[in-house]
Amino acid sequence: MSFALLEIAAFLLISLYLGIRARQGRKMNLEQWTVGGRGFGSLLVFLLMAGEIYTTFTFLGGSGWAYGKGGPTFYILCYGALAYIMSYWMLPAVWRYAKKNNLMSQSDFFVHKYNSPVLGLLVAVVGVIAMVPYLVLQLKGLGSIVSEVSYGSISPTVAVWIGVIVVTIYVMISGIHGSAWTAVLKDSMILLIVVFLGIYLPFHYYGGYQNMFSAIAQAKPGFLTLPAKGLSVSWFISTVVLTALGFYMWPHSFASSYAAKNERVFRKNAIVLPLYQLVLLFVFFAGFAAVLQIPKLANGDLSLLRLAKMTFAPWFVGLIGAAGILTALVPGSMLLMASSTIVAKNIYQVFAPSTSEEQVAKIARLLVPVVALVAVYFTFNSGAAIVVLLLAGYSLVTQIFPAFIFSLLKNNFVTKFGAFAGILAGVLTVTYITVTNSSVGSLFPALPQAVKDLNVGIVAMIVNLVVLAAVSLLTGGLASKSERDLGRFGTAK
Amino acid sequence: MKMFRLLALLPFLAMLVGIPFVNRVTPYVLGLPFILFWIVMCVVVTSVIMGIIYKLDPINKGGEAE
Repeated sequence: MSFALLEIAAFLLISLYLGIRARQGRKMNLEQWTVGGRGFGSLLVFLLMAGEIYTTFTFLGGSGWAYGKGGPTFYILCYGALAYIMSYWMLPAVWRYAKKNNLMSQSDFFVHKYNSPVLGLLVAVVGVIAMVPYLVLQLKGLGSIVSEVSYGSISPTVAVWIGVIVVTIYVMISGIHGSAWTAVLKDSMILLIVVFLGIYLPFHYYGGYQNMFSAIAQAKPGFLTLPAKGLSVSWFISTVVLTALGFYMWPHSFASSYAAKNERVFRKNAIVLPLYQLVLLFVFFAGFAAVLQIPKLANGDLSLLRLAKMTFAPWFVGLIGAAGILTALVPGSMLLMASSTIVAKNIYQVFAPSTSEEQVAKIARLLVPVVALVAVYFTFNSGAAIVVLLLAGYSLVTQIFPAFIFSLLKNNFVTKFGAFAGILAGVLTVTYITVTNSSVGSLFPALPQAVKDLNVGIVAMIVNLVVLAAVSLLTGGLASKSERDLGRFGTAK
Repeated sequence: MKMFRLLALLPFLAMLVGIPFVNRVTPYVLGLPFILFWIVMCVVVTSVIMGIIYKLDPINKGGEAE
């Protein structure tokens, strides 16, 4: 039993303790469990929202991209900042509407705005299809972190099971309160560890940032900038735009905004979150430091951990591992909770309308272990399908954006039919593109290179918008204005 | 439309329209390749701009109560 293992076990236990204690004797109805009784102040909402950036994807994947792809990695810093700017106006509107109509999930928002449980069902299905692979990704990350930092003495399988059990227990007991309190631990750990690594490694191996970057630039010319083809300037711009739009369309991010106690929370956070995002810079530095120190890694996602193992004593590697595990647990808990809420409220209840709110709350909590087991299953048996879904997840949720943003307008021309058809067309396009592994270049080979490099998600977005507009204009007369007004009265509480 | 809101467009312009012009390694600024320095600066400026908007936006005047 090594010291690193003890550290990991200790942090798991602390998370479990914090997660369970977070309940603080509250009676857990659905509103308390899934949106914290709408009583979270700036700090907790901040940590929930920041929790979505610091996932295992950023911890392992951010350094992995810096190690393997270089300059294109920088897009990760841009889309968050732009999404935060939009959040200043977007989230207060979402929050007000959610509070007024007592919404619990992202799908609820569409059910009410478009007066259509069927549209809510579609949004729910798209959300769950995108979230489960994302959860799988967190679990896979957790497995490889533990097996790395335990120097192989704990298999990924055991690590995944332990992690899932911990997170399932505290999500069932405390819901979003558990996520918020473990996020406090996670963010303080990750901040200290990542900033330390991002400063120490470049200075230790290269004597400073400029030395490191010029050594890389000399060894691999062009590595630190955007290439002329492929992940080029036009790829960068289109990807930043698409990911910024999709940023808050993840069901767990969207619904975590409901937890705020007032709308000023979001406007305050929009000031701090961009700066806070710069922590990612230090993750990149660690990945860049690995480029010349451990070249030819087959899996770049392990670059940060491998370089750390090469540099530090096992007890410190254990701390890094513990921080890494927290980056899987906190987003994992949010994903679990959001998926369970959506399945209970926006899928199950649609088919069994007589289900009472108390029953929905109960079902949602019972679904937590079910969703967790499904995720574990895919973690161990990921066939080609799950890989496809992983790649497509972000593009899938981005397809919800047009119907969402139009619904915030005072006079929304989009009908429920238009919204439904647009999302469906967008999602089908994303699926086709991902399954056939298409790019804009392969779909339209005659176009100039800059257009070919555009993120292929653009194609799905255009299809979505065209269908949404066409169907809305065609069906605009069907639902007369008075009927729509009636619908609005019907949903207002 | 209040004019101060237009400030929020600056980071979009700097990051999206600006990027083809800053896609280079030299000159290094603060030890960073120029493209990375530019992006980091944009992110910092974003925070500053959102702070200014928060201060100027009349909606944030008054107490915490809604």
